[in-house]
Amino acid sequence: MNSRLLLKPLFHRSLALAFAGLLVAAFVGCSGSSPGPGGAANRPKAIELLNVSYDPTRELYRDINAAFAKHYEQEHGTPISIKQSHAASGSQSRAVIDGLDADIVTLATWPDVEAIAKSGLIREDWQHRYDNGSIPYHSVVVFVVRKGNPKKIADWQDLDRDDISIITPNPKTSGNGKYSFLAAWGAAIAAGGSQEDAQKFVSAIYRRTPVLDTGARAATATFSQKGIGDVHLTFEQEAHLEVDESKGELEIIYPKRSIRVDPPVAVVDQNVDRKASRHAAEAYLGFLYSPEGRAIIAKHHLRPWGDNPPPPAAGETWPAIETFDITFVAGDWNNAMKKFFGEGGVFDAIYQPQAGK
Amino acid sequence: MPKPTITTANPLTERLLIAAAVGVIGLLIIVPLASVFAEAFAEGPAAWWRALAHDPDTRHAIWLSLTVAPLAVAINTIFGIATAWLVSRFRFPGRSLLITLCDVPFSVSPVVAGLALVLIFGRQGLLGPTLASLGWKVIFSWPGLVLATTFVTLPLVVRELIPVMEAIGPEEELAAVSLGASGWQVFTRVTLPNIRWALLHGVVLANARAMGEFGAVYVVSGHIAGLTDTMPLRVEKLFQEYRTPASMAVASVLAGLALVTLVAKFVIERQLEAEARELEAARSLPDTLAGSGTPPDAGPPTSTQASIP
Repeated sequence: MNSRLLLKPLFHRSLALAFAGLLVAAFVGCSGSSPGPGGAANRPKAIELLNVSYDPTRELYRDINAAFAKHYEQEHGTPISIKQSHAASGSQSRAVIDGLDADIVTLATWPDVEAIAKSGLIREDWQHRYDNGSIPYHSVVVFVVRKGNPKKIADWQDLDRDDISIITPNPKTSGNGKYSFLAAWGAAIAAGGSQEDAQKFVSAIYRRTPVLDTGARAATATFSQKGIGDVHLTFEQEAHLEVDESKGELEIIYPKRSIRVDPPVAVVDQNVDRKASRHAAEAYLGFLYSPEGRAIIAKHHLRPWGDNPPPPAAGETWPAIETFDITFVAGDWNNAMKKFFGEGGVFDAIYQPQAGK
Repeated sequence: MPKPTITTANPLTERLLIAAAVGVIGLLIIVPLASVFAEAFAEGPAAWWRALAHDPDTRHAIWLSLTVAPLAVAINTIFGIATAWLVSRFRFPGRSLLITLCDVPFSVSPVVAGLALVLIFGRQGLLGPTLASLGWKVIFSWPGLVLATTFVTLPLVVRELIPVMEAIGPEEELAAVSLGASGWQVFTRVTLPNIRWALLHGVVLANARAMGEFGAVYVVSGHIAGLTDTMPLRVEKLFQEYRTPASMAVASVLAGLALVTLVAKFVIERQLEAEARELEAARSLPDTLAGSGTPPDAGPPTSTQASIP
């Protein structure tokens, strides 16, 4: 033990060295953050926007971004590149609040944008800055079933059968999941049921949901690629993509009525002001309301807002479906969040993870 | 002690057990791995190459992984050597605590680790306002990825070094110091040569883990295509975008890296075993020979002693 005293002077030195190393690493890590290891070194200075969006809009915004970049450069002479981030809407909202540097958010539900506004990043009047309460397109919740509809699922009441297994994402994290929940609830009410009937119906659905993915796209993969479940509740546009990709293995069923999906958009004020990208960000959201933007939106099976919405493709029409919205189901989103999805709400009461199933 | 005997089961049971083992390994490891490569090359090598090299987002993901992982490993190497040295050479208050802390990343879920980073470095986090005023981005940017990866790979180098350093003991270092070597000389000429294979082993393991890390990185990345997606994140994203062949192409690169790691690990492990045998042999030598100043391995210690003025 005594002989170790000989090494003692080295003790402090190596300790200092270790910490110095860590500090240097941390410092290099932080300060170099702006260009990133991608090295945007020699390219001409272009405007860069980050659109933080939800899961099923990946394909839509790939097309929108290409068209908008062309449009913006023609109009203003500035090259622009748009980066995308996609995940479950609720998680994305949380990420923006935690510092994900979004210029624009295009999320699935009103509360997801409102939460960001509450955190101070978006001004409170965001809903009034674009037409239709800043909702440029709608969708509806529909059913996707396996080829030939072997379980004969035609409408909501068919989901209350013991031989049916249902795929829908977690309503706590996913906008898609929230809308599916609300659609089922509303359908039960619209069919003449009481609140108790609706709760019974919705709990029956989640009892038959073997997997609760965090986001819409993961749920789609569970249903279409992993082959789990008889029916997948999802947005019309996600359903079309899923069916198109399945090469004839899946088909869409439109229930008699369903919820109207209202995904809002907003410019993240604090971020665009800091990054000096407000002009481009506002133009981007404006583009969603332009004829060119609306045509792209329709092509991806989202229903553009406004009169005479363009069809998904020439000669096609939008399938008719009776819709109700959030006011019918819960009055407004604040109520819906509190009553259904909040801590100790209806969803917490009815959902038990199915261990061992 | 009597030689332990194995009760031989009947040959049928034996064969069944072997078949079960082979079946499990085949089903759990070989089939999935093979299917990754089969899917990746389903449309031919040209399509595989196109998927990797012609998609800027994928290219960036590969580049990002190849940057983040070495950075994390480098941090852990510096930290790991210092910690292992402290722990194996000194008894000080808090020593056991330090060893336990080094193991924390093994027992904490990577997702929790990621969330913890968000809570510290996020906009609403402890350091959020300070970082924002400095204009530094940590979370949802690559430093966050490095931090998350460093956290999950933290134990790998230390854990590898502590037993080896304990086994070697401080004698050679003491000798070097008594002959007037500086700290740096002791480190580069005595300590480092002695632990080099164990260190390399730890580095290889840490690198493999860093490359494949998903959970912690998923939380702090922000999922920005072409900016903060590492290879594992890119695999998931492509898969979810119905681009399975492209997704499997990236997966095949990851799997390929894993195979390289495996080979490296195998070679290093053989070296480590050889070294352990040498150490054992040196220990069991009679004192007269060991004290003669020429250790039988004629390795680094000789050169150390020779070159210190």
